[in-house]
Amino acid sequence: MLKETQNWSANPVLSVEHLTMRFGGLVAVDDLSFNVGRGDITALIGPNGAGKTTVFNCVTGFYKPTEGRIALRRDQAVADGTLAELTKSGRQYFDGDKGGVFLLERMPDFKITEVAGVARTFQNIRLFGGMTVLENLLVAQHNQLMQASSFTIGGLFGLPGYRKAAAAAKDKAVEWLRHVNLLDRADDPAADLPYGAQRRLEIARALCTNPVLLCLDEPAAGLNPRESAELNELLRFIRDEHGVSVLLIEHDMGVVMEISDHIIVLDYGKKIADGTASEVRSDPKVIAAYLGVDDEEVDEVERDLDVQTGHSASEGGSQ
Amino acid sequence: MEYFLQQLINGVTLGSIYGLIAIGYTMVYGIIGMINFAHGEIFMIGSFIALTVFLILAAIGITFLPIVLLLMVIVAMLCTAAWGWTIERIAYRPLRGSFRLAPLITAIGMSIFLQNFVQVTQGARVKPLPPQIQGGITLMDSPSGIVVQISWMQIIIIAMTIILMVGFSLLISKTSLGRQQRACEQDRKMASLLGVNVDRTISLTFVMGASLAAVAGMMYLLYYGVIDFYIGFIAGVKAFTAAVLGGIGSLPGAMLGGLAIGLIETFWSGYFSVEYKDVAAFSILAIVLIFMPSGLLGRPEVEKV
Amino acid sequence: MADTTSPSAANRPEGAERLSEARRDAMRGEPPYSEAPPEDTRLVRALKEGGITAALVAALTLFFFAFRTDIAVGGLSLTASPVVWIIAIAIAFAGRFLLTYFVFAGDTAVVGGWKKVAAGTGRMPIGKILGVLLLFIALTLPILLPQFLPSQNRYLLNLGITILTYVMLGWGLNIVVGLAGLLDLGYVAFYAVGAYSFALLATNFELGFWVCLPMAGLFAAMWGVILGFPVLRLRGDYLAIVTLAFGEIIRIVLLNWYEFTGGPDGILGIPEPSFFGLEFNRRDGSFSDFFGIEYSPIQKFIYLYYIILALALLTNFVTMRLRKLPVGRAWEALREDEIACRSLGINTTNVKLTAFATGAMFGGFAGSFFATKQQFISPESFTFIESAIILAIVVLGGLGSQLGVVIASVAMIGGIELLRKLTVLQAVFGNDFDPTQYRMLIFGLAMVLIMVWKPRGLVSTRSPSAVYKEKKTIGADMVAQGEGH
Ligand SMILES: Nc1ncnc2c1ncn2[C@@H]1O[C@H](COP(=O)(O)OP(=O)(O)OP(=O)(O)O)[C@@H](O)[C@H]1O
Ligand SMILES: [Mg+2]
Repeated sequence: MLKETQNWSANPVLSVEHLTMRFGGLVAVDDLSFNVGRGDITALIGPNGAGKTTVFNCVTGFYKPTEGRIALRRDQAVADGTLAELTKSGRQYFDGDKGGVFLLERMPDFKITEVAGVARTFQNIRLFGGMTVLENLLVAQHNQLMQASSFTIGGLFGLPGYRKAAAAAKDKAVEWLRHVNLLDRADDPAADLPYGAQRRLEIARALCTNPVLLCLDEPAAGLNPRESAELNELLRFIRDEHGVSVLLIEHDMGVVMEISDHIIVLDYGKKIADGTASEVRSDPKVIAAYLGVDDEEVDEVERDLDVQTGHSASEGGSQ
Repeated sequence: MEYFLQQLINGVTLGSIYGLIAIGYTMVYGIIGMINFAHGEIFMIGSFIALTVFLILAAIGITFLPIVLLLMVIVAMLCTAAWGWTIERIAYRPLRGSFRLAPLITAIGMSIFLQNFVQVTQGARVKPLPPQIQGGITLMDSPSGIVVQISWMQIIIIAMTIILMVGFSLLISKTSLGRQQRACEQDRKMASLLGVNVDRTISLTFVMGASLAAVAGMMYLLYYGVIDFYIGFIAGVKAFTAAVLGGIGSLPGAMLGGLAIGLIETFWSGYFSVEYKDVAAFSILAIVLIFMPSGLLGRPEVEKV
Repeated sequence: MADTTSPSAANRPEGAERLSEARRDAMRGEPPYSEAPPEDTRLVRALKEGGITAALVAALTLFFFAFRTDIAVGGLSLTASPVVWIIAIAIAFAGRFLLTYFVFAGDTAVVGGWKKVAAGTGRMPIGKILGVLLLFIALTLPILLPQFLPSQNRYLLNLGITILTYVMLGWGLNIVVGLAGLLDLGYVAFYAVGAYSFALLATNFELGFWVCLPMAGLFAAMWGVILGFPVLRLRGDYLAIVTLAFGEIIRIVLLNWYEFTGGPDGILGIPEPSFFGLEFNRRDGSFSDFFGIEYSPIQKFIYLYYIILALALLTNFVTMRLRKLPVGRAWEALREDEIACRSLGINTTNVKLTAFATGAMFGGFAGSFFATKQQFISPESFTFIESAIILAIVVLGGLGSQLGVVIASVAMIGGIELLRKLTVLQAVFGNDFDPTQYRMLIFGLAMVLIMVWKPRGLVSTRSPSAVYKEKKTIGADMVAQGEGH
């Protein structure tokens, strides 16, 4: 299972460097650095209040980080010097034939989705409840459609160019609805869907923005085991068929361990482990900080902890 | 300098009146999150009741001023409080927990109704009342002939406002009613599950707001000496502006906002132009809100995602 | 941390709001400690309730019914007329007594019944039929009126023009409040900008109505952007109060900038619209002269009627069209959830500005029409009460519903007019009873009652802007309310 070189350091799509986020006196994220590999499913885990959602909010521009750099490389072929150059230039992003590099901490939230191609879902589902499932997915294609309607003028007169784009947008929406198994509910208001379906709809909606990186905040929360398994399938499909890199926050270790190529563990805003599923699983610091341990492993964990007590205690007490 | 001081005194007086009305807005907004548009009308009703009480007392021969004032305050507060209670009961309570704009519309409807009710029953013409409390303290008498004076009326208004402010702050922070109000502000559903009678608490909030507005109405009557059925709208909008400026939901904020609006208005009229004094007040409101979206003393609203 | 604990409460799409409403209803049904002792018979209870109500009404109206102050020679005079007061108390007692005794006997079942009926109405087919019917009546009104009500022809036509003006304003504001969910209490400002820009352009540069109309609309839209830009970051009620303030600022400026706007005197001699260069008068080369028909002043009214009808229909058409375009969909998405919009790459500032500007533009059109119809404007026509009436029309009609606006306009504006005509009441209350005095009084009361009866407005369902297989209307309880929640 182990790859020769780690994909996330060789070919990162997102690099978070020295990210710090303070709310008044509270340091929610503390000097955090990690990479998300292109084409990987990366999981960000940690106990409640560890700062995971805050990291997401910084990456997607909803919070402006106190410190740190968040760089998104849209294409692999970006020259190494570009990022340093961009950082010095004070510009938000560089988007050329050689590939795009985006400094997300400098960009407003909607630009991050529109230009850099980062889409997200929310821990507390945020759908357009009074609009139908189909409409939700059409709203997600706002920017393309806006352009196709020549900023409304063309659309107002029903020009053929716009009509074609509108039909294509609908096709795309229908396509994604098929993948998330919601086609038969396309004309129902989103608020009417059961919880699990709402989660899937939110993912489909995010995908309709054509993201490079998809950030999912606890996508399996509130799902039953069958739905969880379906979600795993869906995430694999997104990664394999559409080449979208996925960054997800998840408490359900079943989901995390099964599908993640790379796991980052956070505790009190600090990174305490970073590696593949098997590496993280056996890391005593993780086990100490995190309660999400499989039943069978409890004994093993306890044995590990006994051996390394002094070590983990000093680590744990240092924050 | 003398002119400045005089304007300052006038501004603080006007600001006190605005502040008292603003408290009603702020309390209601804090507890049920709606703009009680009819609150300005409540103030107007308070001033009409005070006027009528005054005339009745004069007719039956009670003229000893302290007694007259005391009776005016008490009756005006009680009757206006009844109005506040009734309005909440009729126009807002049935809409509790429903659509956010609905109570705003009923509030506007109530405001139109009350204005016209007073117009129909009391006539549309202004009601002048000759000044009852005259004289004051001369603070400064400069050779240039400008006199800085604080009138007894102004002293009464400012003192009364301070007393009421202190009293209400204690009420909110110390009594169980205040605690219930704050609980309802935080989470109405939870408060009711813990045995707080939410409906009663909200009613009492309206009653308190209305009685403060009645005091403001009476002081307006005595200070300016003319009232009509339309004073509620302007004073109401200004007072709401004050509440928002100070940070809606905050009692000291309402007072501070009231003073700010009163001072802006007085100084603008004093130094620039009377016609544009409202423009000045509203512009400052817009500017403050744009740069400090939660007002001067309001808690910043964190947008948690 | 708090955001993880209660997913269902924090989560609107789950229909949590319905749940909480229901829960709150349940709570209201059983307040912890206010039950009357069970041994009270119905009669005793009714008497008690009646007594309380009577006492309350006595306190409320004592200083308004029983005493009246008037200006007299030596200051103010006081007249006492306890009869009216006592009658009011008696009515209150009787009313409450009868209600409690007969209607509320089985608790508040009546209200429950109402709600059920209300939920059943507002289906789409009825709406469509009604819409077509109303359109037909609107189109043929000037032809129908002389046939059926010749004596009232001109009066009713004028009323029709007024109603249509409000329909248009309502539709314009519906974009801002109903679709985009931005609470605008200063809409009248744009109406005023439209009216004044037309009036000033026409009187200063001798431009005609048709040239000025688009300019007035553009001016209003521009003001929408200028005013909107700084304030659109504000949320909910803050936005409301700042828009109200801007409305007032514009009115005060119009009132005081004497050299430019004529101040309180307003602007006189605003030209009437011409029909392709043909004017409406007796002279040669006028409309009647050109077509060889006899001149009648009604022709001008019919023409004005069709202008405002066309303008209103244009507003409706554009709005319906926009709803199906990305902008319109973004407006509605903004009303539903602004944060989600931003997460989808939508520039919400632009979306808000377009809504504001579009609404303002239609307000500007309506304003120019108003100016040309009245031929005289002054700041008095653009007070807050106008904004309130337009907003009331939108909310009473049902946010976002085009048909609702029409129904609400006819009911509210037509209703006010009807009250003016109610001379029947004079027979009851004597000759010095002036029904026009009570117009706004009843208007205000009606606003309260209708809202309490139907908080979501008359037409509260939403029809989707895109359909995959089958068009289903969306119940009001799902649709969000916009800014501020
Ligand atoms: N806008 C904010 N203002 C103040 N504090 C905040 C804000 N957002 C988050 N926090 C705080 O930052 C810390 C980290 O919160 P965060 O939501 O990122 O945790 P999390 O890892 O996502 O937890 P969970 O698993 O419970 O979702 C918490 O203590 C939280 O209270
Ligand atoms: Mg979280």
